[in-house]
Amino acid sequence: MIKRFFVVISLIILGGIFINMAVHYTEPAGLNPRLAGKYVADGLRELGAPNLVTAVVVTYRGFDTLGEVTVLFISAAGVGLLLRRREDAPGAECGRTPPSELIRTGAAFLVPIIFLLGVYIFVNGHLTPGGGFQGGAVIASGTMLIFLANPGKRLNHRAMDFLESLSGFTYVLIGIAGLIILGSMHFLDNRILGLGEFGTLFSAGAIPLIYTLIGLKVGTELSAILENLKE
Amino acid sequence: MLQHMFNAPLSTIVMIGGFLLILVGLWGMLSRQNIIKMIIGFSLIDTGIHMVMVAIGYLRGKTAPIIETGMDRMNAVNLVVDPIPSALVLTAIVIGLGVTALMLSFAIQIYQKKKTLSIDDCTELKW
Repeated sequence: MIKRFFVVISLIILGGIFINMAVHYTEPAGLNPRLAGKYVADGLRELGAPNLVTAVVVTYRGFDTLGEVTVLFISAAGVGLLLRRREDAPGAECGRTPPSELIRTGAAFLVPIIFLLGVYIFVNGHLTPGGGFQGGAVIASGTMLIFLANPGKRLNHRAMDFLESLSGFTYVLIGIAGLIILGSMHFLDNRILGLGEFGTLFSAGAIPLIYTLIGLKVGTELSAILENLKE
Repeated sequence: MLQHMFNAPLSTIVMIGGFLLILVGLWGMLSRQNIIKMIIGFSLIDTGIHMVMVAIGYLRGKTAPIIETGMDRMNAVNLVVDPIPSALVLTAIVIGLGVTALMLSFAIQIYQKKKTLSIDDCTELKW
């Protein structure tokens, strides 16, 4: 009873704060010229990426994105550690009904297309809405479909570990290349490669390269999380 | 009051929806005993925060911060919404997913050890 009372009290206090914030919120008339306006104006001129969100995520706040990829890696490693497969565990497959013909045929047809869509999304991350994280999530959804159609399936861990380590390592190397080529303060700068023609696939310097690496890394990490949670 | 509600700008509506989701999620986290339901409450809070952040970045009548070749690049500052909250939410979604996956695997681990999902049976940290 007293517990419920405290829950209601804290919800009322928080709700009061929220009502106060929502009532006094007025939409700003324009971008804040000190940061957002600068990113929008300079992002087009300096970085050559039509998708400004990508410009912010990959270049201006590239260090944060490196940290974000690290957090995702650590959580994938934590899931793998907690749900470690025990060899003496009883087989989980025996009680399950096998997937229907429909799912197996549909998965065999759709999985390559889903992977292709994921690759398309992260390669075009600097041009269209999308990017490495979204493309990686699409690839992981393809892996989910594989598991639905074939519950006993195990992924090729050697290949996945190799792909994941390689993409993470190359991502950091690109960052350091910025330090070497453009000087200090240019960690993860995309201008180590030419900017190319605005709006084409091979433009915006290293952004497509970085987002491809992030997409591969996120895709393999999420697939590993899915495989661990499947047990 | 009702008149005022209907004339509210889109960003305020999204923001109020986000606040409501946060409150519902917090209520779920505080009042449920089942660990899975608490994790669902956490996900609701997460989504609510994302909605509030996106609402803060919205500017009325402006377009997504993606510049097509046909648009006036010199005038882009006056055409687009704030890209920074979008970038932040992109980061927050990925982190939220990692945290949720980690919490779910802790829940699985607790269930394997104790054969229960009730938080009342986890008394080790109780004082």
